[in-house]
Amino acid sequence: MDIIVCVKHVPETAEAEIRIDASGRDIEKQGLVFDINEWDEYAIEEAVRIKEKFGGTITVITVGPEDADSTLRKCLARGADRAIRVTDPKISGSDAYAIAKILYNVIKGMRFDLILTGVQASDDESALVGPVLAEMLGIPHATMIKRIEFRDGKAIVNRELEGGFEEVLEVDLPALFTIQTGINEPRYVSIMAIRRAMQKEIKVLSLMDLGLSEEDVSETGSWIRVKEMFTPPAEKKVEFISGSPNEVASRIVEILRRRGLI
Amino acid sequence: MVEILVLAEHRGGQLRDITFEMLTKAINLSSKLGAEVISIVLGKDVKSFAPTLAEYSNRVLLVENPLFEHFNSDLYQEVLSRVIRELKPLLTLIGHTSYGIELAPRLAASLNIPLATDCIDITFENNSLIVTRQMYGGKVNVRAVVRRSESYMVTVRQGSFMVQKPSPPLGGRIEELSIPMERVVLRKRFIKYVPPPPGGVDITAADIIVSIGRGIKDKSNIPLVEDLAKSLGGVLACTRPIVDKGWLPSDRQVGISGKTVKPKLYLALGISGSFQHILGMRGSELVISVNKDPKAPIFGYSDYGVVEDLFKIIPVLKMKIDEVRARKE
Ligand SMILES: Cc1cc2nc3c(=O)[nH]c(=O)nc-3n(C[C@H](O)[C@H](O)[C@H](O)COP(=O)(O)OP(=O)(O)OC[C@H]3O[C@@H](n4cnc5c(N)ncnc54)[C@H](O)[C@@H]3O)c2cc1C
Repeated sequence: MDIIVCVKHVPETAEAEIRIDASGRDIEKQGLVFDINEWDEYAIEEAVRIKEKFGGTITVITVGPEDADSTLRKCLARGADRAIRVTDPKISGSDAYAIAKILYNVIKGMRFDLILTGVQASDDESALVGPVLAEMLGIPHATMIKRIEFRDGKAIVNRELEGGFEEVLEVDLPALFTIQTGINEPRYVSIMAIRRAMQKEIKVLSLMDLGLSEEDVSETGSWIRVKEMFTPPAEKKVEFISGSPNEVASRIVEILRRRGLI
Repeated sequence: MVEILVLAEHRGGQLRDITFEMLTKAINLSSKLGAEVISIVLGKDVKSFAPTLAEYSNRVLLVENPLFEHFNSDLYQEVLSRVIRELKPLLTLIGHTSYGIELAPRLAASLNIPLATDCIDITFENNSLIVTRQMYGGKVNVRAVVRRSESYMVTVRQGSFMVQKPSPPLGGRIEELSIPMERVVLRKRFIKYVPPPPGGVDITAADIIVSIGRGIKDKSNIPLVEDLAKSLGGVLACTRPIVDKGWLPSDRQVGISGKTVKPKLYLALGISGSFQHILGMRGSELVISVNKDPKAPIFGYSDYGVVEDLFKIIPVLKMKIDEVRARKE
């Protein structure tokens, strides 16, 4: 089974302070810690598990600057065989659709049985690279996958619906699946494995190598262009309780008591 | 004529809320644009939906076929690409749901029309389509311009628009479309539904919920919050990552892919407040959140907020609650 996994190098923002930059169209990236997109971590783990069962190769692909090599190295350490990174200053301003185009041009000449991506990236949350890529490649796809098995040369997958429901689908191969968190338990990667991965080569491609021009990507080749960023309005007016933990706890108890909750 | 096409979503014989949320937004846009609202519904047996959809639309397109018994994005794509090519609606709205995520990106790419996903607002300004969507787990909002086109597609986030029934009802014309499907070769086939595992704790019945997120850091800290929940006479619930890691069973998950709860008290500990989670707890009567990040989106959905390390609050809080209870007994 030859598997391609598309991954993204993203900033960790759940716990970090986010500031909108001077352009008003992006966040201040400096000082943020970047790592593999959460959904992609499950995707690469799933690919490694399939390879361990059935043999074959894993190629990881990303679009991003040199820093993104650390995400690729993590994938190599987990068990990927090859890594490709597409980089070009002209890619700046590209939305998820333009990224899908780039990935298509990397993949179109390759041999594969399966492509895995994350359901979405934690930064732009577009959830569209996978299915658009499948359309461009003309292969079947399924999104939000929580389980993959193979039977008679076909994939049997569980895809997530709302409210804890799932549906089971049979999909012809080659196919593309977008992987949902919780499909597996990503393994711990040892320092040794990461060190070994340092020796593996990362192939770097430019837009020209792919026969693409700036118009194909960037804002011109994108579906959407960010105009402005702002802090979301609050739905409820929150009252902050401050003070020592002791004071805070007393206040909460008082609120609960007043409402007859304790 | 300018048209706004809305894909009605249904499951288990019921139109889903997102359908009416999108129709409400479509009606609102149509009055500004002088547009017609057209709803389209696909299924094995969808005539029963027509009267309701007609109240919210100027035209209702029914596409019935035994093949559509279960949602299959390949079949939907076949039908919708034909309809969109013929009708050339200015805007097509699809829910940013499990079904929409599967369908819309591929449909838009095949038709070569620009798509903006997971939008919470939609406006037309100077002939441009402008959408509002969120990034970074709800920490920032973005206004984005969609590439100029004759036809646009937008997927709409659930719970973004409050449903308003038009009065008087629009009384839309009901039309049946027959679209030949014999030639379609299915490369993806529905096998069955899997319901959530039975049994477990019913968090939807609880008056008091203590809910934890990734801020709890480690499985070994769970007894701490279990004790707090017990003192409060409530149940323990959580965000998705806690279930993904196997720290709590899936029946404890609150959110779009878990349970929807409406307790008297929702105590959110170390939860960032991503929208997928918010959708499951928004109806709570009283929300108190503890998070060490003052900018955490959860505070925008809370009545009271505490910016603090949850591990400093929990033990003291439990102690004080136990004191009150002891005094009462
Ligand atoms: C299709 C789809 C469906 C989804 N369905 C759901 C769903 O049903 N339910 C759901 O919850 N999620 C769902 N998600 C995931 C969702 O997008 C978020 O990833 C998730 O809700 C984040 O969980 P969290 O708040 O626990 O973690 P994080 O976002 O990582 O937040 C952790 C928070 O803890 C705080 N914190 C850390 N340490 C401390 C401390 N010591 N004291 C106080 N605060 C601390 C941090 O400041 C941060 O705000 C879904 C995603 C997708 C794509």
